[in-house]
Amino acid sequence: MSNSAKAEAVLALHRFGMGPRPGSLAAVGTDPRGALIAELDRPLALSAAASLPTSAKAYRTVADANARRAARAKQAQQQAKKQQVAAVPTAPGDQAQAQAQTEGQAPAQGQAKDAAEMAAKQAADAVPDPGRPIYLQEAKLRIEAALAADIGFAERLVWFWSNHFCISAYKIQSMSGAYEREAIRANALGHFVDLLLAVEGHPAMLFYLDNLGSMGANSIAGINRSRGLNENIAREIMELHTLGVRTGYTQDDVISFANVLTGWTLVPPGDNPEHGGEFTFNPRLHEPGGQTVLGKRYEQEDAEQGRAVLRDLAAHPATATHVATKLARHFVADEPPPPLVEQMAKTFRDTEGDLKQVAITMVSSDDAWRGSPSKLKRPSEWGVGMVRATGITVVDPTRFTAGQELLGEGLWRPSAPKGYPDDEASWIDGIGRRLDIANNFAERVAATADPQGIIEDVFASQIAPEVKQAVGRAESRQQALALLFMSADFQRR
Amino acid sequence: MGFVNHLPTRRELLVGSGALFAWSQMPRIARAEGRDPRLLVVVLRGALDGLGAVAPVGDPDWVGLRGDRALVLDGKPPALPLDSFFALNPAMPNLHRLYKTGKAAIVHAAATPYRERSHFDGQDVLESGFTKPGATASGWLNRALLAMESGGRVDPRGSRALGIGSVTPLVVRGSAPVMTWVPQKLLPASEDTQNRLLDLYQHTDPKLATVLQARMKLASLGGAPGTGDPMSDDPTLMPPGIARVRAYFAEAAGTAARYLAKPDGPRVGAMGFVGWDTHIAEGAASGQLYNLLGALDGAFAAIESNMGEVWGETVVAVVTEFGRTARINGTQGTDHGTGTVAFLIGGALAGGRVIADWPGLKPAQLFEDRDLKPTTDLRAVLKGLLRDHLRVEEKVLADAVFPGSADVKPMGGLVG
Repeated sequence: MSNSAKAEAVLALHRFGMGPRPGSLAAVGTDPRGALIAELDRPLALSAAASLPTSAKAYRTVADANARRAARAKQAQQQAKKQQVAAVPTAPGDQAQAQAQTEGQAPAQGQAKDAAEMAAKQAADAVPDPGRPIYLQEAKLRIEAALAADIGFAERLVWFWSNHFCISAYKIQSMSGAYEREAIRANALGHFVDLLLAVEGHPAMLFYLDNLGSMGANSIAGINRSRGLNENIAREIMELHTLGVRTGYTQDDVISFANVLTGWTLVPPGDNPEHGGEFTFNPRLHEPGGQTVLGKRYEQEDAEQGRAVLRDLAAHPATATHVATKLARHFVADEPPPPLVEQMAKTFRDTEGDLKQVAITMVSSDDAWRGSPSKLKRPSEWGVGMVRATGITVVDPTRFTAGQELLGEGLWRPSAPKGYPDDEASWIDGIGRRLDIANNFAERVAATADPQGIIEDVFASQIAPEVKQAVGRAESRQQALALLFMSADFQRR
Repeated sequence: MGFVNHLPTRRELLVGSGALFAWSQMPRIARAEGRDPRLLVVVLRGALDGLGAVAPVGDPDWVGLRGDRALVLDGKPPALPLDSFFALNPAMPNLHRLYKTGKAAIVHAAATPYRERSHFDGQDVLESGFTKPGATASGWLNRALLAMESGGRVDPRGSRALGIGSVTPLVVRGSAPVMTWVPQKLLPASEDTQNRLLDLYQHTDPKLATVLQARMKLASLGGAPGTGDPMSDDPTLMPPGIARVRAYFAEAAGTAARYLAKPDGPRVGAMGFVGWDTHIAEGAASGQLYNLLGALDGAFAAIESNMGEVWGETVVAVVTEFGRTARINGTQGTDHGTGTVAFLIGGALAGGRVIADWPGLKPAQLFEDRDLKPTTDLRAVLKGLLRDHLRVEEKVLADAVFPGSADVKPMGGLVG
């Protein structure tokens, strides 16, 4: 393999894959573009996922535990109060004593209240939270899929779409991993419209963007309960998921679309042990009648009304441009070449949003390969890349997710529906933290990972001479590895 | 047993009455001779500048060699006198005190048989005990323990070795089982690592250099990065600084001592400290090296105090893969060299002396006209400790523990 072929293979792994690992250069071979495209034909499903609960089951499990916790807390509180009533002295003696007691009364009562609350909290804490273990199992599966992939282009696309259509485990931990498997992974290489329908109809998204209790003012429930609309999901779908901000939709469009989506909710887990947590359309919440969104009238009477709007949003030219821009920005450069974005948007429009074809257009374009690697990897890519370089394929999800959190990119935990940003300015100040993480990781793997071997075998020596020199002169393997993982060659793609 | 004829001490009472099970696990060596020796090996990774740690202030060529970077008795701060010829780095008052009371010895101008200058290979030779790098995956301390076991000198159940750190040092790896303990504190990337990374960025990525530099500046001011950040009280995000290094050294060494002190605990252990590769701005009298030696001195204090009543049966050997250039380089640091020092401390030592066959510092006396010439084989020192402290047979030492070292005689008289 010539040096330039090696360089392109390494670039393919950094820019479009999960980073080089032992054997990955052979997997890329002499035709990096072909190898990337070929990876898209392999199944994305995770075979090990069969052992994990569906999102609805995970949601019910946590809801059940919460109910048990509340019951235990109530019991403990009642018991503590009973004991305190028994302990209060009932026969005050002379004036002075009564006086003293009155004065002492308030704090004593306060203490009793504190004690009851303490007892309640302890009883509640005794019921373990099943959400966290589910989250960690899902995390492990996802991270190890990225570690095991030959190249990782398809996994990177899953990560991209998961971030584009993000939810937050801060709000809905139980479903966070299953949501990605069910809505994102299953559709990341299909048509955008199917991905969009799966995402917006997923209970995790409806929960995250506050649609569960949104009701039309003229719906049965709206009239009875004098409550109404929540615009959140309608706005975010147009602004973040499809058209993009400032693309011509108005506040009236947002309200109409929110009305369209009333009734999109989930089966309450409390009264349905079999289907609790699943998507359902509740007609009682739904605003009756037709709605006008972006100048088009939608007369359907049920969930079909929402699906019809989503289909039109998916086919809107602004969506093609928005999606193409974001994809190119994520993979290629903070300011992607406009011709590349236009080619990708054109493919999107021409193929009715076939996401595999859009991805193929991207890696087939010379514009996606030009330019020195200047894009700063996000912490998640960088972290997985570091582990991959050492050949490790099994991780402790607690440690890994904690590291990612320290770097500001907690798994499935963005702080806003916009997801994690994709530009250098957002991440570059975290370089110091990366050094702490790299140093710690290097210490743990220094016994088995050989920095020279990684440079030669994993990176095919496609690394700046300054880095080779720094690694060669390091005082220890730990330091050599830390410098290698912190080098610009490893941080940028 | 040695103590049957006098009134039992408190510890003997505890052992005799309350810890029968533990007693059964104690090495037989204790029962046979009334001794129960401990040996802890500390590896200083990166190559310690022996001349910056223990200065030959009596050598007429010393000041000429290092100029104003030379540690001297009237320096600021003044070096601590050891004898008429050597003085200790002022960052190490604990070591000085131990030395003055006979509980520390210093070996100078020492080296392993390795004569190249690669850290990795040098550490491999130092820890494997072989004469060439890459020869084996086990360390001399582990093989010494095996020899004691097969010779019936250690009860098999008490024959584990202790490794401190998330990576077990090679010196203690091998077929004898190793129990490991990982310090809770996350060791920050050393100042040296940060400097190297900064240098690398300055040559390859100015933007990253600017960011890293800002962070290092913040750390040097003692401020926490990202004030107002909800996670800023996380210890892993504290500014990297010498305070954290000191805390890490003391915690790691102190914990090793606690384990070794236990009646049913391991009897030998090893740990490593990084950061000694002082190419740039070495700062022996105030700076990098001064700070690291101070942290090491704090680790000595933690060991002494946590060994408690078994301090008298303790030897700690502090070794490094090789020394550094005798002269200061162009960046106020020193480059990879050869001869250096080893520190020996512990209540069992016959110390209070600097052991050195001083080679001199004139250009012709330096190894390859650049390094302190090694005149003492470090293996002689280690073999002496293993023979006289742990009672490993001399033949085993020459064959299995330090293969090919038959002509390197164990140094006698190190333990009292």
